[in-house]
Amino acid sequence: MHTFGYRANALLTFAITALAFICAIASFSDKFSNQNPSAEIQILNINRFKKQSHGNDEVSLTLDISADLQSLFTWNTKQLFVFVAAEYETPKNSLNQVSLWDAIIPDKELAKFRIQVSNKYRFIDQGQNLRGKEFNLTLHWHVMPKTGKMFADKIVMPGYSLPDAYR
Amino acid sequence: MDWQGQKLAEQLMQILLLIAAVVAFVVGYATASFRTMMLIYAGGVVLTTLITIPNWPCFNRHPLKWLDPSEAEKHPKPQVVAVSSKKKSSKK
Repeated sequence: MHTFGYRANALLTFAITALAFICAIASFSDKFSNQNPSAEIQILNINRFKKQSHGNDEVSLTLDISADLQSLFTWNTKQLFVFVAAEYETPKNSLNQVSLWDAIIPDKELAKFRIQVSNKYRFIDQGQNLRGKEFNLTLHWHVMPKTGKMFADKIVMPGYSLPDAYR
Repeated sequence: MDWQGQKLAEQLMQILLLIAAVVAFVVGYATASFRTMMLIYAGGVVLTTLITIPNWPCFNRHPLKWLDPSEAEKHPKPQVVAVSSKKKSSKK
């Protein structure tokens, strides 16, 4: 502590240690927020359902997605990444996940939304297993905090099915 | 900066930074604003820097009193005697 440089060094070290500590507590305080997200997805229309020329099934859907994820936002949340995946089982793979739509929610006010969209990413199976297939639509989300560990969760909505014939 | 001043500066630095951290966290949490927390803490760090890093006069109130040169002459430094040769011989 006898020279300018030593004092500056000591101060910087201590200040950054304390900063790390308050960031850790901020991250820990997230654990006490109660989260009750809800979501609902309806399939409004199956726009196209066909076999591609090289043999894979492809579906185009219009989805009505409404969700309330506002309770996931705490003071330490930077943004949410949400995506809707179609999940189904085929003889070859016990779990197929196809991402249909995604979004980044940067603000709490935008976390309660309802949109009607056709799938943003193509719903293509690895094979011809989609006719009459029962599938789940799952809303996944990843919470990106300002400090601390990123975490993810999901709501699984079962009971959707595709038509028995191509159209 | 004298010895007492160094001790004071170090303690001030730690106390001020801790206060800044606690106030920043409490206010940030209460207003649910991470930005406010960071700004308050940054302000606290700048304030602490200004208080404890420059060599302010209040850190120089206890100057060391050196002995008078004449006093030093009365107690001459112990002379380095050839101890090394003795040690070597003892090892052998």
